[in-house]
Amino acid sequence: MTTRIFGSGIRRREDPRLITGRASYTDDIKLPGMLHAAILRSPYAHANIRSVDASGAAGQPGVVAVYTGEDTDGVLNGLPCAWLIPGSDLKTPAHPPVAKDKVRYVGDAVAVVVAESRYQAEDALEHIAVDYEPLDVVINPKAAAQDGAPQIHEDVPNNIAFTWALAGGDTDAAFADAAVTVGDTITLQRLIANPMEPRSALAQWSAATGELTLWNTSQNPHIARFLTCVVTGVPEHKIRVIAPEVGGGFGSKIPYYADEAITAFCSMKLGVPVKWTETRSENYLITTQGRDHIEEVEMAATSDGVITGLRTTVYAGLGGYLSTASPGVPTILHGLMYSGPYNIPNISGTVYGVFNNGCPVDAYRGAGRPEATTLIERLVDLVAAAVGQDPAEVRRKNLIPKFENGHDVATGITYDSGDYESALDSCLSAAGYEALRAEQAQARADGRCVGIGVSSYVEICGLGPSQVAGAVGFQGGLWESAIIRFYPTGKVNVMVGSSPHGQGEETTFAQIVAGEVGVDVDDVEVLHGDTDNTPMGWGTYGSRTTAVSGAAIAVAARKIKEKSRALAAHLLEAAPEDIEYEDGRFFVRGSPDQHKTIQDIALMANVAWNMPEGMEPGLEASAFYDPPNFTYPFGAHVAVVEVDPETGHIDLQRYVAVDDCGVQINPMIVEGQVHGGVVQGVGPALWEGAVYDDDGQLVTGSMLDYALPRADLLPEIEVHSNSTPSPHHPLGVKGIGEAGTIASTPTVYNAVMDALRPLGVTRVDMPLTPEKVWRAINDARNGG
Amino acid sequence: MTVPVEITINGKACAGEVEERQLLVHFIRENAGLTGTKVGCDTSQCGTCTVQLDGVSAKSCTVLTVQASGSSVTTIEGISDGVDLHPLQEAFWNNHGLQCGFCTPGMIMAASELLRNNPSPTREEIRHGLEGNICRCTGYQNIVSAVEDAAGKMGGR
Repeated sequence: MTTRIFGSGIRRREDPRLITGRASYTDDIKLPGMLHAAILRSPYAHANIRSVDASGAAGQPGVVAVYTGEDTDGVLNGLPCAWLIPGSDLKTPAHPPVAKDKVRYVGDAVAVVVAESRYQAEDALEHIAVDYEPLDVVINPKAAAQDGAPQIHEDVPNNIAFTWALAGGDTDAAFADAAVTVGDTITLQRLIANPMEPRSALAQWSAATGELTLWNTSQNPHIARFLTCVVTGVPEHKIRVIAPEVGGGFGSKIPYYADEAITAFCSMKLGVPVKWTETRSENYLITTQGRDHIEEVEMAATSDGVITGLRTTVYAGLGGYLSTASPGVPTILHGLMYSGPYNIPNISGTVYGVFNNGCPVDAYRGAGRPEATTLIERLVDLVAAAVGQDPAEVRRKNLIPKFENGHDVATGITYDSGDYESALDSCLSAAGYEALRAEQAQARADGRCVGIGVSSYVEICGLGPSQVAGAVGFQGGLWESAIIRFYPTGKVNVMVGSSPHGQGEETTFAQIVAGEVGVDVDDVEVLHGDTDNTPMGWGTYGSRTTAVSGAAIAVAARKIKEKSRALAAHLLEAAPEDIEYEDGRFFVRGSPDQHKTIQDIALMANVAWNMPEGMEPGLEASAFYDPPNFTYPFGAHVAVVEVDPETGHIDLQRYVAVDDCGVQINPMIVEGQVHGGVVQGVGPALWEGAVYDDDGQLVTGSMLDYALPRADLLPEIEVHSNSTPSPHHPLGVKGIGEAGTIASTPTVYNAVMDALRPLGVTRVDMPLTPEKVWRAINDARNGG
Repeated sequence: MTVPVEITINGKACAGEVEERQLLVHFIRENAGLTGTKVGCDTSQCGTCTVQLDGVSAKSCTVLTVQASGSSVTTIEGISDGVDLHPLQEAFWNNHGLQCGFCTPGMIMAASELLRNNPSPTREEIRHGLEGNICRCTGYQNIVSAVEDAAGKMGGR
């Protein structure tokens, strides 16, 4: 008897190995003869390298080899940028894996030591002498774009790597005619992704076969293979990348890093396996960070609060070099979402991508969309305040009405389906919004600072149609593929090119197969992460894995079902059109006793003793799925805070989320994604921020200094959901990985600003630390 | 300069010659070959390396191997045989108390000490008890539920 499990919150099949400590992450792997690499990193944010003398390290205990930029130059190619946005005058300066002439951020690799133990490798780093000529440093991305700023790359004037513009409608006219205009400058500070597992690479080169195997903490092993080929010159079919257990990524394990290339280089030079694992302090310096936006934004509206225009100028910090996907994040994934869930007929934006002397910036959970949603939701609140209306009501009157199959917005994209007002209603109802406002009025009368934040959002995920990827300069496809293979015993392997790392798709993918062809979920094993036993795929990011890989699996499963139907018809001596299917059984219409189970079919297809003429043996199907459009999940969130005006301390008291990610395959996993996503967005609103000083030194250089959310700082997240299926997806699925993060930063920010409004505080930059809030309150009091 | 050490890990004697500066977490991972205990930071903040040292939870990145010589250590691999699960392991599974799993061994070891000291904690007490362990995936909520569930199953209430 098959368990019906598509759509149910069954517990995860990946968990037994994880809860018992038996899972194998990259740094857990030991190979015979393996050596350890440690990388010397620049202590300067911007400096010329006069000389590197590595001779002192060579004789240190356990040291096997020391390499500098002189050694890698001409052997390793530069690290490529893989998102070349068109029409933006994009500059792609060289990014050598090991700096030879100049360093551009603290952490830039300068040399590598390979030793018998990691302790020895790190000790020997101290014996490498580097003579630096320090140069002026710039961190603030707007300052970096000004005349006279220190120039980080010779061929990039004003450090402007690209200028990307967006225009829909007539924004200037909208502002000229507007009864109400509001504006603000919003800083979305640099964030450190902080997956709990640090990055790691283990390279094993075989000179005899010319094969390179790379175990790597990657969200996208097939892309890592492709880029390893580009950087090392080893042919793609001779490279095997394995992303074993991967301990979270949140975007920071998408890019291809110098460290992987250096580790491969060392193994190829020495002919033995070499492992490199970053320390957390290294992670903070070198593993790509998120956001770093300065957004100068304005919104135009009627006196009744109907939005008529949005205008932005954004300075997006890129760090010292372009990372793998960095140009696409503040442009395609950001600007195209400027309409949010609202009817905004006139939108224009200019984004300057600017080099600065910080760690390279790339995708971090939400990638561009939190930066868009925050500015939209902040402006909508300012419009509400300007016209004297409730922020929820201003949202309601501007929301795009319900649509089931396509809605065009001014930025030029087409949302798939949406019911934004229902999400808002559900959220206001779940939060008890009217009662909250009444309680707030009472609290204010009692002299307490209570704030309520509301946000509506829509995001773009399920990336995406490959034709669009090409049109926007993404140097790859965005389809996914799957192979479903039945064995004679009726057990199933599913092989996918995407690479989940905590999202639970070994379970949800098995649920898809179980739902489509009626096998038990425990009879399905999902393989991913190893380029040698999985079909090509583009990876796990952008809330795309269930949406795109899941679709590929559904399509492949349907092929299995059709072949099974034909084989059942043959075995039951009936016409295929007379065969019905229910719950893993194929039977002759009207005679359910005359049936073949999917297991019967799998056995016969594999032994092939009695096949219809022309039918190939085996029960296996593959599918390549290229989505016809992106998916657009949406929702509404409410937060309640109380601010202590004497200390600036913020107490986040309630958080209510209503998300609509379409059809849910496993609601337990969906809810878990919302919990984690919300908390990752609350962090930057209240506590998190990567701070560089004027010399480009990372002040928040460890977990002691960078304030991550902890269990005792958070309320229970109240999670609710609606379901508006995606019209173009085979399962109606949209994606949920990033929704919480996209919505929660502006929701909490707006709640705090709502609390502070009666005190005359009009703006505070994130993170809203007690000190900043206290100063803002006192400035307002003194100014008032 | 190395010194001899002998540590009982999960009931089994593990002897070795180690550098005085070696961290216990590295002895557990490298010398004893038990990689369930993780290294997530270098400042004793994240808690992924949490083990029990003579019955008390300790961050094994903050203990030198030589300090632990003669002691008894329990790691995630030692609280069950991997088949018959510890109630906390079962509860983390049943309550979706993990996603990427990297913090989970440390979280379970810390929770185990929490429940020994307070067999019937409130959710608030669980949150305070686990504030030394960082998770980036779950937002902690289902971890709190898992510990609450395990407390019930273990007879706390």
